[in-house]
Amino acid sequence: MKNTSKIVAGLFSVAMLFTSCNNSDSSTKSNGALSSSAAEKVYVAPGEHDEFYAFISGGFSGQLAVYGLPSGRLFKVIPVFSVDAEKAYGFNEETKPMLNTSHGFIPWDDAHHPDISQTAGELDGRYVYINGNNTPRIAKIDLTTFETTEIIEIPNSAGNHSSSYVTENTEYVVAGTRFGVPVPQRDISIKEYKGNFKGALSFIKVDQEDGGMEIDFQILMPGFDYDKAHPGRGDSHGWFFFTTYNTEEAHTLLEVNASQNDKDFIAAVNWQKIAEYVKNGGGKKMPANYAHNVYDEHTHSATSTMKKEVLVVDPTEVPGAFYFLPTPKSPHGCDVDPSGEYIVGSGKLSADVTVHSFSKMIKAIEDKKFAGEAYGIPILDFEAIHAGSVKQAGLGPLHTEFDGKGYGYTTFFISSEVVKWKLGTWEVIDRKPTYYSVGHLMIPGGNSRKPFGKYALAMNKITKDRYLPTGPEVTQSAQLYDITGEKMELLLDFPTIGEPHYAAGIPADMIKGKSKKLYKLEDNKHPYAALSDADTKVVRDGNTVHIYMTMIRSHFSPDNIEGVKVGDKVYFHVTNLEQDYDVPHGVSIIGANTSELLIMPGQTETFAWEPKQVGVWPFYCTDFCSALHQEMQGYVRVSPKSSNIELSWSLGEDDEDEDEE
Amino acid sequence: MKSTLKILSLFFVLIMISCGGGEEQKKETSKAKLKSTTTTKKVETKKAETKPSKTIDLTSKGVGPIKSLTLSAEIDQTMVAHGKDVFKKMCTACHKATKKFIGPAPKNVLKRRTPEWVMNMILNPDEMVQKDPLAKALLIEFNGSPMANQNLSEDDARAVLEYFRTLK
Repeated sequence: MKNTSKIVAGLFSVAMLFTSCNNSDSSTKSNGALSSSAAEKVYVAPGEHDEFYAFISGGFSGQLAVYGLPSGRLFKVIPVFSVDAEKAYGFNEETKPMLNTSHGFIPWDDAHHPDISQTAGELDGRYVYINGNNTPRIAKIDLTTFETTEIIEIPNSAGNHSSSYVTENTEYVVAGTRFGVPVPQRDISIKEYKGNFKGALSFIKVDQEDGGMEIDFQILMPGFDYDKAHPGRGDSHGWFFFTTYNTEEAHTLLEVNASQNDKDFIAAVNWQKIAEYVKNGGGKKMPANYAHNVYDEHTHSATSTMKKEVLVVDPTEVPGAFYFLPTPKSPHGCDVDPSGEYIVGSGKLSADVTVHSFSKMIKAIEDKKFAGEAYGIPILDFEAIHAGSVKQAGLGPLHTEFDGKGYGYTTFFISSEVVKWKLGTWEVIDRKPTYYSVGHLMIPGGNSRKPFGKYALAMNKITKDRYLPTGPEVTQSAQLYDITGEKMELLLDFPTIGEPHYAAGIPADMIKGKSKKLYKLEDNKHPYAALSDADTKVVRDGNTVHIYMTMIRSHFSPDNIEGVKVGDKVYFHVTNLEQDYDVPHGVSIIGANTSELLIMPGQTETFAWEPKQVGVWPFYCTDFCSALHQEMQGYVRVSPKSSNIELSWSLGEDDEDEDEE
Repeated sequence: MKSTLKILSLFFVLIMISCGGGEEQKKETSKAKLKSTTTTKKVETKKAETKPSKTIDLTSKGVGPIKSLTLSAEIDQTMVAHGKDVFKKMCTACHKATKKFIGPAPKNVLKRRTPEWVMNMILNPDEMVQKDPLAKALLIEFNGSPMANQNLSEDDARAVLEYFRTLK
């Protein structure tokens, strides 16, 4: 009897173990602010929805993760620049062209800074744009499907880091180069960097109807490193601001050589003026080679087009459109407050946060208060434009966002903290530690005219002891702060995918109602779609075999195929005939040298299979779809190359069920 | 107490199975036949007095948006043509007009069911198989294969029904 109850107790404690995995704040810790109310503030009851979406970049994972705030729950990883076997992105025939570049197919990139499209300076929730850093590209994610629908490569650029930021009405998505490179690329000595290398700032025009991208012009700036950027808003709308470092133009040991100048610059660029200039025939067309990849929601397929020309602008030819604002110590973040008046440069080797005034900048230009010039671009006098500095706020300021209530929140990488300060008086209001080495932070709408100042999300580079260890590689993290009070309150730690460089947040109500539930079969224009059972067939064209297949709970049609031979290239074009929400099906076949397909209702996807061995090979549904999921399977008979067996296909046996009247 | 333990253990075993151990069960050799139940379909259906698919119920309207529907005396041929097209596109993955397939044949369905019931089965299958006794029984007769909700509009479903009137 006693034993029994012990065992019962044991079983229950095992059960408890299983249910207790999610207690993120169970053993915390030194932070006295964590009280029981923190748990309540992030608790989203089962079945209820989060208040905000957070789109958090995956850094070296190349993807974009969708989280809910305040819960920190992960909903989806949207494949953007890296292949994703789970979703067949970059594996199926339809999405391979998305990853095409002038360097060929590239299965990876480093995704950094997502930005949500805006109208009149406020989030409009239509698209997220995000940059690929390594092989310069900008991607567009459609927020009705939460899929990457367009990627454009950026020529003349390298380390596409001061990207991707949208202007007030999403007229442009802007992509600035971090590394200076020879333009055009050519075989010269690296030592010839100074003066010969350029930093291209690309202005990508956005189609107001469909969000589509096209490079309008590239500004060939001096070969500094352009680190971060943000658009002006309000009165400063029409301007764009880029932080620079390595104004020394060093090409080696930058850690020392690019940290010599006491001040680098924020480059102020009047893009409206330049847009006007190029519209009137200004600029010069130069040969280029870059990929423009577009996914069509109706054909469920992407196409890749190589573009051969780009319009470049020499900044000295547009007087009054370019100024340098001296800013201390290799500034990283370049942030504009909701009013558009203040331009915040975070000198990452400084202890201060430097704030420039837009109105003072305009006055300084009028009064010609110049302190010199660089490559023909006027450098404005620091004192004439300086609004103020947040003094001795911490070590290593990186990036600032705003709450819309008159406060800025700046991350400090070296001292691992978030500091809240007041715009105008520049006084420090509060500081809270991060764990550890915070990079960027995000307040939903915090880089727009209308921030939703309820939460701030800090993204950390290092977590060390914050989570259960997982070998040498440990998770990166985000930390959520309640910023509704005078003092910030740390509410939650949660792990992130890859390295979270930056994020964009938006109230869930602004987009969740527009989230697509399925693709309508009647809109399916895939050239190999089988839109009903009558369209299913298998067609041979030389050594290529096309299978037009359908899937619905819980069978494939056809599910028996004969007449395929070793040496054939077999394309499975599979259409999911379901027209109900959340009924995807998957498929793969033994020995396929590619990923599964995961096909949404109404969608067609294709994978290629090159059978190498004679035999009868099964395929099956890879996504548990129904009570009869395990029955959702089929066979392909593969005969020797010399075989004369004709193609045949079937589903069920015709005379089997004739008992019906 | 012992039985409590047994039940608890069974409970845990079941949990383990339902968490992904299921694949093992399906490995049968093609010749395996259990005498008592053979291919469950045939035996079960023979035992039953009348199969759900043969049951005639001309009163139940089922569960769903269609509360009342009166069919005109004349069959509307325009509607039939449209319904036939919708049926071909949206339904033939599982239904053949005159023959049992994954699901039952719609032939003569209005001799067995009310028009409302048919419409509700098309428009509201998830709730039907949970709440309507006949729909529930049909799900079992057809091996648990669910009637998919193909999100037809009411007009399309109505046209499909008109098409069914021609299947005799």
